[in-house]
Amino acid sequence: MITLPGVSADPDVSPLSGTVERASAKRQALSVGLATGLYGISFGALATTSGLSIIQAQILSLVLFSGGSQFAVVGVLGAGGSAASAIATSSLLGARNTFYALRMAQILDVRGWRRLGAAHLTIDESTAVGTAQGSVMAQRLGFWLTGVTIFAGWNLMTLAGSVAGNSLGDPKRWGLDAAASAAFLALLWPRLTARPAQVLAAAAVVIALSTSPFLTSGVPVILTIIAAFAVAAWVTRRRVAPRERRAR
Amino acid sequence: MKFWVAVIGASVAGFALKWIGYVIPERWLANPRITAATAMVPVALLSALVAVQTFTGAGGRLEVDARAVGLVAAALLLWRKANFLVVIIAAAAITAAARAAGLF
Repeated sequence: MITLPGVSADPDVSPLSGTVERASAKRQALSVGLATGLYGISFGALATTSGLSIIQAQILSLVLFSGGSQFAVVGVLGAGGSAASAIATSSLLGARNTFYALRMAQILDVRGWRRLGAAHLTIDESTAVGTAQGSVMAQRLGFWLTGVTIFAGWNLMTLAGSVAGNSLGDPKRWGLDAAASAAFLALLWPRLTARPAQVLAAAAVVIALSTSPFLTSGVPVILTIIAAFAVAAWVTRRRVAPRERRAR
Repeated sequence: MKFWVAVIGASVAGFALKWIGYVIPERWLANPRITAATAMVPVALLSALVAVQTFTGAGGRLEVDARAVGLVAAALLLWRKANFLVVIIAAAAITAAARAAGLF
């Protein structure tokens, strides 16, 4: 059996050698980066058909740089919503990046300009590839390479989409939307061997799907943080309990 | 004008949300329970994201369509220990085929 990358939950006891690990992180980063970057074409096309100028679409991809939030801005404005409503909806979807950032800050340990860059590149995909790796070095490589690849691809494809519009074709026709979900699932997969992670993933799916019809978009996903805290409390208590018993 | 306010406002807010996570003082997160939770949060968020991206449509309504076919195919391939790139390409191709066939 070939060991999948990131099998170990503990970054220091990886079963893979450094070179193999880095090669695997690189391959994952580039595949996720390319598939997501291509999707920028549908953002560019939707932005301009919703009434944004090419420059406005490009600023969103360059500065906001967070797919869900960008589609939210365009969706609200295209439907005739107010600027405040567009900013609020976009921020609800961007709020999960704060939690990704908390995790990536621990892994990357960056200061100064590098911290600005890291913050800017902190999105679903870069965090997914980064946290899926087995060693800190591979985690950092995976995060940066995914982030930079997507940033370049996403911005180029936004421009292509906003200039050429729908004539380039809908990425959905190529199943690119499902490719993103499949990539996240593949990155989560090796971590789902441990019981707490299985419980957490199942709880997160139930929470998100059951609240999704009633809550505004972005909130159902953020709500699952409660489940992460509950499982963390359960795991830390289990780990601490035997020591306490010995102490008595 | 409204469009510019929305574009600039959302961009500034979006970057600020990312930045906050990097500048929160480490000692606030020093508690072992908080550290454990922070490490687990990406698993929760990404699992939820996969579910929402695959099984919901307009207005957050639950939907099962070609995306679900692609995701099930991905899960089966992962279970059979298929290569990462194979999983992604197969999920895209199968979703595209299901759509083209008008199955959903």
